[in-house]
This record gives sequence, C-alpha cells and structure tokens, in this order.
Amino acid sequence: MISPRYHREIPQRYRLEAGKCKGCGNISFPPRMVCPVCGKNDFEVVVLRDEGKLLTYTIIRVGSDKFSIQTPYAVGIVELEEGVKVTTQIADVNFNDLKIGKKVKLVFRKIQDEGKSGLHCYGYKAIIV
Amino acid sequence: MKEVAVIGAGMTQFGELWNKSIKDIFVEAALKAIKNAGVDHIDSMYVGSMSSGLFVGQEHLGAILADYLGQNPIPSTRVESACASGGAAFRAAYFEVASGASEIVLAGGVEKMTDGADVTDALATAADQEYEVYQGVTFPGLYAMIANAHMHDYKTTREQLAAIAVKNHSNGANNPNAQFQNPVSLEQVMNSTLVADPLRLLDCSPVSDGGAAVILCSMDIAKKFTDSLVRVKGTAQASDTIALHSRKSLTTLNSVTNAAQKAYKMAGVTPKDINFAEVHDCFTIAEAVVYEDLGFCEKGCGGPAAIEGRTAIDGETPINTSGGLKSKGHPVGATGIAQIIELHEQLTGQAGKRQVKNAHIGLAQNMGGSGASCVINILEAK
Repeated sequence: MISPRYHREIPQRYRLEAGKCKGCGNISFPPRMVCPVCGKNDFEVVVLRDEGKLLTYTIIRVGSDKFSIQTPYAVGIVELEEGVKVTTQIADVNFNDLKIGKKVKLVFRKIQDEGKSGLHCYGYKAIIV
Repeated sequence: MKEVAVIGAGMTQFGELWNKSIKDIFVEAALKAIKNAGVDHIDSMYVGSMSSGLFVGQEHLGAILADYLGQNPIPSTRVESACASGGAAFRAAYFEVASGASEIVLAGGVEKMTDGADVTDALATAADQEYEVYQGVTFPGLYAMIANAHMHDYKTTREQLAAIAVKNHSNGANNPNAQFQNPVSLEQVMNSTLVADPLRLLDCSPVSDGGAAVILCSMDIAKKFTDSLVRVKGTAQASDTIALHSRKSLTTLNSVTNAAQKAYKMAGVTPKDINFAEVHDCFTIAEAVVYEDLGFCEKGCGGPAAIEGRTAIDGETPINTSGGLKSKGHPVGATGIAQIIELHEQLTGQAGKRQVKNAHIGLAQNMGGSGASCVINILEAK
C-alpha cells in the first residue's frame, strides 16, 4: 500500500464515510461515482454506524507475508446496520467464538505496514460484542 | 455471424516445469495445436494470461509469444480476466472467426507460476485490493467464507466437499497431462493441513505452470482439416461485483447464473441437454456452487451430488473428467483453454479411460476472482 493511495482512502478507513445516492437512497461503501442500483451519480457523504453482524468468516492460516506476524487470524464479512457489507479482520477473538450471526462492532486498528518505509496503515477491524 | 469450429488442440504437461520458461511453455502448446489442426498458417492469435507481469515480470505477452512462435507479423493480443483469462481469449478468437474478419485463429493460455513470485499476493490481485486484500484476505480465504456460508445455509458437510476432491483426483489419475495423477482418499482430504477454515490443502487447486492452445476456424472450411467436427454452440460472459461482500447472496454466483442463461439461450439447450462439463473448481466449494448455479440441480445439492456419484464419469452429469483444476492443475491463464481441450477430446472420442459415453454436448465454465467474471462455452460434436 503506497502512501498516496493510502492517503486517498483515509475518509473510508478512519471514519467509515460512505456515499448515499440522492436518487434511490442506496448506500455505497466505499463511495462510488455511479450508483450500482439506479445508475445516478449524485451522492451525499454519510458516516456509517459501527455496529453489525457477522455473515460469514474464516481463519486464514496461510496468509500474505504482510500479515505473517499475525497468522493465523480471523476475517469475516460484516453487515452493518445500514445494510452495507465489509470484509474485515476479526480481532481479539477466540476462534471457538466465531459463529455466523454474531453481533460485532468495528474498531480502529493498525492493519499493516507499508513496504520498505514501514509506515503504519490503519483501518477498521471487527470485535465480537 | 458464421458458425465456428474447434479443429485442433494442444497442451503441455501441467505441473512444476522448472526447466521451461513462459515462452517455452506457450510455444510448445501452440505448436502442438497447430500440428493437431493440420493448418499451414494462422491469421491471428489471442493469449490468456492472468498475471505474467507479477509472476515473471513480463508484460506485452501477445507480442513476445507471437515472436517466439515465429508468427510475426500477425496480430497477437493478450487477454486478461483473472482466472477466466483463457475463456475470455477463446471468446475473442471465436468472435474474430464468427465475424469473418479472420479464417483461422489460435486461442491460447499460459501461466508460469513457479519462477519465484509471491503467488498468494499475485493471485490476490484478482480481488478488490483496497477493500478485501488490504484487510488480509487471501483467495482460499474468500472461498472459505463462501464455504462457511454454504454450510450454514444448506447444511453442506465437510465430507461432501472432500468428495469433490476425491472424484477429481480419481479422474486426473487417468489424464496424462495432469499435475497430480494420484487418487486421494476422503480421509486424506479431511486430514490435510488447514489453509483457511474449513478449506484444507486438498480442497485447493495447486500452483502450476502450463500452456494450452486451440485452433478455431469457420465451419465452412473446417471439413478441409478434420472429419471430427466440434462446433461452438454457445458462448457467453458475465460480470459481478469484484468484492464478495458486495453481493446479495454469498452462496450464489450471479456471474455464473447470468452467463449460463445467455449461453443456454444461444445454444438452444437446457442444463438437461449438457452431457458433461468442465467447471472452475479452484476450490472444492466452487465446484459445488457452480454445479448448482449452472442449473444441474437445486440450490444446496452441489455437495450431495458429488458424494452420491452423480458427477462421476459414469454419473448423470460427469463434472471435471479432466481432473479439474484440483488434479489437472491450475496455471491460471491456461485453465480456460485446457477446459476447451477436455471438451474437444471428449467430443471427438479421444479421452481414453476418461471417455464419457454419449458425449455430444459439453460445457466449459471458467471464472475469475471470487466469481466477478465468468465465461461459459458450450461445444457440440457435429
């Protein structure tokens, strides 16, 4: 993850900013230029709530080198209250507690380090509540 | 549009081909296809490759492969649609012949995955880098999440998924080009190392080198080259959201259902008319889901179908008679073309111990990413 790219994504990663279509009300996360539901391109910025439920999950036991220090780790797909779905790591979890339907909350965490510079890259992870 | 025939096929052994470069692999497959078809020239060529840039640091693949195949100055283009690159290259060649723009076109695919690149990271570029991969998801991880959702929604079992790997290894054992020509037992699959729960090592297709090529021409001139005519009866492609999480359902692949509907319509067939199929079993769960989404059975019975023998070579709809990606190997860009080659061998009665009885119509389903793109081709023996 190189710096300009990381910098562009801060509104989504740090603050969960999404785009709500002014035509049909569908919320896109991350924000898009074209609404995938109605095709309009007029959006307002909304901030997503950080609570939701786990739709599915897995435990990554063979990961990318970037995550070797964390392996094994849990990831899942979380549906937030607004209906938006995100892929995220599930932090601080006993793997035996992972179950579809569990209530989770998104929290601010370090996700990875940028290549050679080692710049810390942050974002959201889920924790079971 | 003109009717299009597949008149020749050639592929390399799939596996760890340490002594061969990406150029060697492609040229070997292409020369075999040209010889097998009996043509004295080709007018154009398309090459499917997912990520030669990341795997071997080589882009501009169309040009370099035409050069080494001795085909300058014909047009040569690399086609990329992640793991569906081969299928997409086949479609590009199909349309060039069907339109009448060219008479004889080569559709090939190649991947060289064992030259030292980080394969996990390279494959992950087929997913959403910023909102899936950034979080630490791998490809086995994405399909594992589909598997857990499928097990939750349809009571699919671990044994049923393992039975898919057992069946495909059993088929691959009779394929001289397969990477793994050894049968495996249910216990071996169930006890293999966990990669991403619930998927284990023997649920996953391997890292492979390999190349494959076929020759297409119009049906008008195909009879000059062969008596065993194989016609492209239907072809379709569809897209879905790049991120698995953006889909309404985690257990239905809309790119597969959409491409299947279009391909069936073009071919004038229903799933019941398909005698056998090659499907994209990058992971065992993928075969189960695709089998359902192609309409071979109701939603949720993809797991039971394998363990009950309905997808075996002597079953009602044999699936992955070649051994599939699981056993034959999965050199990504070559896979879609290798599926067409299995269809061609079956439809021309050359599949030996793997031969399906009454093989008249076969279907090849090739997909990219976690199902963000899907190519389906239906071929028929004439």
